[in-house]
Amino acid sequence: MLVNGQEKTLGSEATVKDFLESEGYKLHRVVVEKNGVIVPKKNFETEKLFETDKVEIIWFVGGG
Amino acid sequence: MDLLNIGGKSFSSRFILGSGKFSLEITKAVIEQGGAQIATLALRRANAGGKENILDYIPKGITLLPNTSGARNALEAVRIARLARELGCGDFVKIEVINDSKYLFPDNAETIKATEILAKEGFVVMPYMFPDLIDARRLRDAGAASIMPLGAPIGSNKGLLTRDFIKILIDEIALPIIVDAGIGKPSQACEAMELGAAAVMANTAIATAKDARLMAAAFKSAIEAGRTAYLAGFGRVLEQSAEASSPLTGFLE
Amino acid sequence: MSTTQKSDHMKYLADMEIIDSDIMNAVLSQTADYDYTAYQKSDVLNALKKDVIDFYDYRALLSPAAEELLEDIAKRARQETRKRFGNSVSMFTPLYISNYCVNQCLYCGFNCKNKITRGKLSYDETESELKAIAETGLKEILLLTGESKKLSDVKYIGEAVRLAAKYFSTVGIEIYPLNSGEYAYLHSCGADFVSVYQETYDTDAYELYHPGGPKRVYPYRFNAQERAVIGGMRGVSFGALLGLHDFRKDAYAAGLHAYYLQQKYPHAEISFSVPRLRAYKNNAENNPRDVREKQLLQVLFAYRIFMPSASITISTRERAGFRDNVIGLAANKISAGVRVGVGGHESEKKGDEQFEIADGRSVAEVHEAILNKGLQPVYTDYL
Repeated sequence: MLVNGQEKTLGSEATVKDFLESEGYKLHRVVVEKNGVIVPKKNFETEKLFETDKVEIIWFVGGG
Repeated sequence: MDLLNIGGKSFSSRFILGSGKFSLEITKAVIEQGGAQIATLALRRANAGGKENILDYIPKGITLLPNTSGARNALEAVRIARLARELGCGDFVKIEVINDSKYLFPDNAETIKATEILAKEGFVVMPYMFPDLIDARRLRDAGAASIMPLGAPIGSNKGLLTRDFIKILIDEIALPIIVDAGIGKPSQACEAMELGAAAVMANTAIATAKDARLMAAAFKSAIEAGRTAYLAGFGRVLEQSAEASSPLTGFLE
Repeated sequence: MSTTQKSDHMKYLADMEIIDSDIMNAVLSQTADYDYTAYQKSDVLNALKKDVIDFYDYRALLSPAAEELLEDIAKRARQETRKRFGNSVSMFTPLYISNYCVNQCLYCGFNCKNKITRGKLSYDETESELKAIAETGLKEILLLTGESKKLSDVKYIGEAVRLAAKYFSTVGIEIYPLNSGEYAYLHSCGADFVSVYQETYDTDAYELYHPGGPKRVYPYRFNAQERAVIGGMRGVSFGALLGLHDFRKDAYAAGLHAYYLQQKYPHAEISFSVPRLRAYKNNAENNPRDVREKQLLQVLFAYRIFMPSASITISTRERAGFRDNVIGLAANKISAGVRVGVGGHESEKKGDEQFEIADGRSVAEVHEAILNKGLQPVYTDYL
């Protein structure tokens, strides 16, 4: 799986929620795009991730 | 009470703070010293491990204004705006489409396209633009909630190079005109407010000051002074000595 | 006086197009708020200090307090006129092609109850009049009619416009208000500019002065310029007939009307006229009452400073000495070789005059007068 441009290996079948938590993210602080499509927050628990997925995890940073 | 109204919200502060180029630790103090109620943010890939999130450093009650920095065309700006909204911090978005790496000038044409799409999706769209009256009208007609013309190139600290053109927008466009980019000194922010700008956005000028907190306070005072002067209305300043000439209205019967 | 029930002057008649516009409400409510006694000289001086004046300043410029500062205001007006128009003064002439009228405007010589000679030009007569006028060198013409959908219908006017476009590079029309589709038709015939004057913006006074005829319908007339722009016309003209009612409020409203239209249609070219009441056949007593030259000048200056890029025309209702002095100062457009009866340029007139003119000079004489003021006569602004 490609996460923010980096190769990651999924241990087992995981939902977006499982993955984010295992990586240390707070769910309310990030937005996730899977294969170019936004995953709505309410689907974090049901949306599954696969090894072929391209995932972007985005959040706010300082900016003018 | 003199309030700035945008997108159904009212603000007593007319200082919009850009949150870039600060260390996270002083973000809160800078916002507080500046009295800002709106702060801009950018979107980027999250740090591995979810460490150091800026939202942890922004005081409660601040309206977040995500920008679309990094977007080079309308569709990229739309993507970033949608991502920002999904973060659950409201519908405000500052459209910023830059396709010029030398001067970092905004691309008005792409900005208009993005504004039209996002306004239809219910965003409160605040487009950053080069101050052109015709394009400002197009932005207004596309559904912009305010117009954010640049005073000078981003980060240049050159002040109100576009003064006369911004004044035209203030006179002609019935939306809040917010001067964004190029404001290097509090006196320049004050001048923009005296002209009738609805607010001033600044970032680099504060971030690069020796004491960012103190500079934020200076901007706060300057923006308030300029606003108050605008509301007070300028009086007649004696310019030249009296003009001696034959009367222009001597022909009346 | 007729005893029949008068129609509601604020209600459209069946064939009148209603457009989606809030300009009229904005103008009426703001004009109702205008109390010109509330302004002082300092307000006027403040206004003159600004680069761009706002509604408040415009109110001050039209107030009685401003009369005392007319010389200061004149300086600013001249500056604006010169900035926008340089030394050029445009010339044109009106051609009345018909004076049949179904309206009863109490101030107008064409009032259908007024016993005057009526007539209209045939197409041949129109063409020979146009030829005669074109020989003077003029390139812009304004075609006028009274209001009669029977005797001067849109088709008739359209043919006259077609003929005019053969001889003139710019054709304007000053006729009764039309629907946008009719304006589009006349535009396709070659007309680019439409003049419609509201006479008075006060709805009650308007009702009083227009006891009968379709002109009685206030909102239809008010929205004529907007329908003309929707119909594709390039420019529209505004004005109140000064002296009819409260001229300060009427001038204020006309300025706002133009301002809002320009805001909504930034491409439209805006013009003003400043007609004052004139005597006409069977009513030698018709006069502009409290609007003396000084007040007229004040209105001209206020229009110029409020909307610096607007074109301002000075008509032959005013004497030569006044007209020669306001060009370059506030006005940038002047008529010459004027007849206000039907025809009369090439052959005998076919109908009586709408009013008495005060400046009967020929095109050559006005041309000369413009040069004598150090200004440049211009015959065409457009390719």
